[in-house]
Amino acid sequence: MKENGKVKNIFLSGVGGQGTILASNILAEVFLKAGYDVKKSEVHGMAQRGGDVTTHFRFGKKVYSPLIKYGDVDYLISFEMLEAARYINWVKPEGKIIINKQEILPPTVSLGQMEYPKDIEKMFKKYFKDNVWIVNGQEIARKLGNIQAANVVLVGAFSNFFPEFKEEQWTDAIKKLLTAKLHELNIKAFHEGRKALQG
Amino acid sequence: MKKILQGNEAIARGAWEAGVTVGCAYPGTPSSEIMAELSKYKEIYTEWSPNEKVAVEVAHGASLAGGRAIACMKHVGLNVAADPLMTIAYTGVKGGFVIVVADDPGQHSSQNEQDSRHWTRFGKVPMLEPADSEECKNFTKIAFEMSERFDTPVLLRSETRVSHCDSTLKLGERKESTVQRGLDQKETPKLVMVPMYARVRRVAVEERIVKLAAYADTEFPYNSMEINDPSIGFISSGVSYLYTKEVFPRYSFLKLGMVWPLPRNMIAEFFKKVKKVIVVEELDPFFETEIKAMGYKVWHGKDLIPAIGELSPSIVEQSLTKAVEGKSYKAPKVRIKPEDLPRRPPNLCAGCSHRPLFYALKKLGLYVFGDIGCYALSVAPPLSAMHASTCMGAGVGGAYGAGKVLGKEGLGKICAVLGDSTFLHSGIGPLMDTVYNKGYSTTLILDNRITAMTGQQEHPGTGYTIQSGPATMIDYEQLARAVGVKHVKKVDPYKVKETMEVIREEVNRDDASVIITENSPCILLRRAKPLEKFKNPFYGVDNDKCRGCKVCLEINCPAISWQEGEGQTKDGHKRKGTGFINKDQCVGCEVCAQICKFEAIVPGTK
Repeated sequence: MKENGKVKNIFLSGVGGQGTILASNILAEVFLKAGYDVKKSEVHGMAQRGGDVTTHFRFGKKVYSPLIKYGDVDYLISFEMLEAARYINWVKPEGKIIINKQEILPPTVSLGQMEYPKDIEKMFKKYFKDNVWIVNGQEIARKLGNIQAANVVLVGAFSNFFPEFKEEQWTDAIKKLLTAKLHELNIKAFHEGRKALQG
Repeated sequence: MKKILQGNEAIARGAWEAGVTVGCAYPGTPSSEIMAELSKYKEIYTEWSPNEKVAVEVAHGASLAGGRAIACMKHVGLNVAADPLMTIAYTGVKGGFVIVVADDPGQHSSQNEQDSRHWTRFGKVPMLEPADSEECKNFTKIAFEMSERFDTPVLLRSETRVSHCDSTLKLGERKESTVQRGLDQKETPKLVMVPMYARVRRVAVEERIVKLAAYADTEFPYNSMEINDPSIGFISSGVSYLYTKEVFPRYSFLKLGMVWPLPRNMIAEFFKKVKKVIVVEELDPFFETEIKAMGYKVWHGKDLIPAIGELSPSIVEQSLTKAVEGKSYKAPKVRIKPEDLPRRPPNLCAGCSHRPLFYALKKLGLYVFGDIGCYALSVAPPLSAMHASTCMGAGVGGAYGAGKVLGKEGLGKICAVLGDSTFLHSGIGPLMDTVYNKGYSTTLILDNRITAMTGQQEHPGTGYTIQSGPATMIDYEQLARAVGVKHVKKVDPYKVKETMEVIREEVNRDDASVIITENSPCILLRRAKPLEKFKNPFYGVDNDKCRGCKVCLEINCPAISWQEGEGQTKDGHKRKGTGFINKDQCVGCEVCAQICKFEAIVPGTK
């Protein structure tokens, strides 16, 4: 455990069905094993049917609130461009941001009533400079044979922020949480994501 | 070794460690995972009950036979189970009996935002409220002990941010209860609540509350006082305590693990030890009202903290910073206004059988009395095909009642729609009424073979138990005929035209009728192989034919979107854009192809 156990906040956002819950479960497994207190909160049920979904993830020596304070996010991991933009105000000025380069159209855009916001990447770079990484998770996952693994690609990218954790700590968590037949695909997805930020 | 568990999993674990023998529930967000999790422990009998009232009654029977029992539900479920609860409060229990009620402040997945803490005072039974997973487990265990010791059902109140929050805890071992199994006929005066016996028990209930209040003050280990900076003291409970502790850690706290009865002496002591008291609680001013009634001066409470919606550390900070710290709350920088972004409400899945059905109802211009389930999403534009919805089963009675006012004028204009699980939950009674009292409304049972919205739970119509064992399967047609419905039809909702014809005929009939969907399993229900019936894996738009009429957009399919761009069809029709189908999302249900007037939606090629 580093940084005197000061609580850090990770905010995950995406669209129902993109696998944010699995991603946050992998994080929980890794941080818990590393000796941190962990709390995470997410909403299930109706909201999951293609609506916007979020997970609050907090770790440190002792965590009280399961929810992050507005404006207190250290790391934003977004699985969809618009769902990143929706939470831009939550991120601390020095926060780090990983966004999956995918656009899923909400109904008002599908119907042609509103425009999908352009320049989301530009806007993030304006405020967060070099602390923004856009990862083409879906394409990476598609090449590996299953677009569903885009969530684990993002986890791989995020893993770079914690050099103190060994690669096995992440892949062990993936193995523990997924059935055996999904191990190979998702471990590959993790590695590709990890490389995506380095290259 | 510490484990991380979701609050609901921790409640299940606590029940298991407490030696529970029977668990009953009707699923409902955010409570559903408790019973799903408990069903994995082999020593315990668990079930999905048809509704919450049944769950409480079955669990009470188990308790009377000497077993520890638990019944779980969401907040509105306790309304359904209120009838047995209010009298079980009189009869008491034998084996420990815990009723879990999970609130949904903020209405993430619910039709109302009721504060279940009111049941504890109203029902004269104690209520505990955990804040995190460790407490979920510990409070569940002590709830069973309290239940046996004080001969009372015990309410355990959770909520979305407790039930669906994962946090760390230490696991314990299972310990069987020492209560003797068996039924005793000599206990009749205590258990048969006819007036002459119930009047006696009425007194016992009040005596019990006095004893419980003393216990809350002296023995209950989870009411706790933390005296730090005494200039301000917070009284709080559950997750509201965690938010307040997060924002104002240096002040003093009285954390209430028991919602009611309240520890009067402890509260008196707290008021002596701190200078000013702020009560922080979600939803209604329950503690605040009680504490004021004891004669204390509450410095702040609901005058500053919102009573509507869920709390959060941000809301606690915004509401109280000025009062506590004497300086204004400084909001973080606004980089964009979220209200300028397109909203993303939930939607029916691509390929869902509810979509063509509601499209048919809309085209027929029907006033739809709806129900609680995924299909309530049909209210969203552009489908906009639901016009009234209150609670489970209500649509059936509603449609029938409206017909009683409109008479012949209403024929052909009204129908009731509900799901398979909700029909079994509480739709049979009003259907009986429709037939018995000569209504003419049509009830559509959308049979998708599962309790879908809450996450795929079994029910008496699926043919499986909670542990996936075989079970008797309700035959909806026979059931409808048994209550006297003469006109029962089945439709395949994926055949839009045929479905519309059947509905048109039945809603115009001056007699009660039932339409059951078939071949329409939930698209997420893997065992029903929902995709196999679709001829093509996905569809695409033929730009030679698409005239840009936007009919395909009316069904609000997540796979279909509008692509702007002037152009024309092969035969020269000018257009302002075309429909577009995202093949990653399309599952090939073909509904859009059926409603396209220009045969512009065609099987896709890779």
